Amino acid sequence: MNNTAALPIPALSVRHLTVAYREAPVLWEVGWATPSSGLVAIVGPNGAGKSTLIKACLDLVPRLSGEVRIFGQPLAAVRRRVGYLPQRASVDWDFPATALDVVSMGRYPRAGWLRPLGRFQREAARAALAEVGLADFASRQIGQLSGGQQQRVFLARALALEADLYFMDEPFAGVDAATEKAIVTVLRRLADQGKAVIVVHHDLATAPHYFDHVLLLNLRAIASGPMSSAFTPDNLARAYGGRLSLLDQAVAAAAGAPGAAPRG
Amino acid sequence: MSVVEFMQLDLVPMLAAILACVTCGLLGTLLLLTRNSMMGDAISHAVLPGIAAGFWVTGTRASLPMLAGAMGAAVVAVVLIGLIRRLGRLEPGAAMGVVFSGLFALGLLMLVWSGADRVDLDIDCVLYGILETLIWPAAEGPASLIDPVALAALPEELWLLAGMFAVTLTCLLLFWKELRLAAFDPAFGAVIGFDPRPVRALLMLLIAAACVAAFWAVGSILVIAALIGPPAIARLLTERYAAQFLLAAAVGAAIATVGYLAAALVPAALGAAQGFNAAGMIAVMAGLGFALAAQLSPFRRGVVKQRRAAP
Repeated sequence: MNNTAALPIPALSVRHLTVAYREAPVLWEVGWATPSSGLVAIVGPNGAGKSTLIKACLDLVPRLSGEVRIFGQPLAAVRRRVGYLPQRASVDWDFPATALDVVSMGRYPRAGWLRPLGRFQREAARAALAEVGLADFASRQIGQLSGGQQQRVFLARALALEADLYFMDEPFAGVDAATEKAIVTVLRRLADQGKAVIVVHHDLATAPHYFDHVLLLNLRAIASGPMSSAFTPDNLARAYGGRLSLLDQAVAAAAGAPGAAPRG
Repeated sequence: MSVVEFMQLDLVPMLAAILACVTCGLLGTLLLLTRNSMMGDAISHAVLPGIAAGFWVTGTRASLPMLAGAMGAAVVAVVLIGLIRRLGRLEPGAAMGVVFSGLFALGLLMLVWSGADRVDLDIDCVLYGILETLIWPAAEGPASLIDPVALAALPEELWLLAGMFAVTLTCLLLFWKELRLAAFDPAFGAVIGFDPRPVRALLMLLIAAACVAAFWAVGSILVIAALIGPPAIARLLTERYAAQFLLAAAVGAAIATVGYLAAALVPAALGAAQGFNAAGMIAVMAGLGFALAAQLSPFRRGVVKQRRAAP
């Protein structure tokens, strides 16, 4: 590994990552590297540790062992290049805040500690809100938005960070068709701009269409790589082993999506 | 009742009650918004051993040592609650219940052991506050308000409360966006370089200090009414973040004023020999205010939804 500098640096690389809640391991010796840009899905059955993997990479849950590098460096050194979209259910949507208030949080790093958010940052937040089609909802209290709109507010907040690597935890969970389409459009545009987006995704049917790369995860890293080579019925069977109905769904999805993502 | 009488007997306690309730209302808003209201109750009780220790060390009722003791006790309480939650695998409410009742009981015992109960830090004062003792005999009329000699004779507790209010306001303004982020989405904050932990620690220290201040005004048992009543009322009346704080402060001032006046002046006007307890009346006003706000609230459906969604 002496000539790593000559190769494109992975947006995220993980070595020997082990995470346990209490005594039970959730992730075991996970090793994985993403491409330097593009759309990457983390796929696996419920409880496979998909969200935990993201949180462990972001230092939100403690690691028992392992090393995480983002653009070849520890998180603390590249924080400004990292964006995060948490699960929608992780916050209290009755909080007295407007959509613009929430998206503005994505500009806090530009303002810095203890400094008020200037007009320029607020306008940038407004632009991010417009990008996800919610310009007219800026002053709406977040509890008054639909689930899909709330998800788009989170997406806009992530966009407002102007990061190079995004971690998104189930952005497609429980959203309407219009929101799903809007999110896919935004993801595509991020990929076209050369950014990397890592998405926890649990819809096997759409995964091969939306993403270029995949990690199949179930406690361990089962397989990873370009969609065409990693998202195979064999690998899916290993990831979802023993869960027959899910397995059928997985095989059907893989068969229905012969190889590469549509843009591949 | 003459103006001079009002200034000597009622002006200072009323101002003290207002300062305490406004400060507590502002800080309590952050507890309410993070669904952490119980923490206010826990800290308000847990500071008692610190206050007793402050008295024990100095042997006087000086404010600063007691304030320092209370801060220390609050830190101990927060750390203990965290430890018990983790080691005992208890839900937060249970951990808080164990810690705050234990520390409060310890504080009561310390008051007796230290002899503080023979001065004027007795159990009654702990429970009901000492508003009625904050008299200003130096006042001789409205002119005293600008008379340095008379002002110097104001009870020390009033300055303590005014100082707490100023510190709270300054911290709220300085950490405005950091507090909002830590309250709404601490994990996102941690990822983007706004670690919520120092902000939370600051909030807990401020609440401990406010608890000591409010302790003088309304007594330990009723601090929770000042901490949670005004924010809860404000929450029923607005969906805006800044308005939530402004309203909580305004409601705090209102319940303190109305509560104090109702306790001190109404019985006197009716010819009763003794006024009601002001702290109790303020807490009653918080309750009445909440009932009124619930009737007037334009967001009642939202509030019901909020309850159901609570973890």
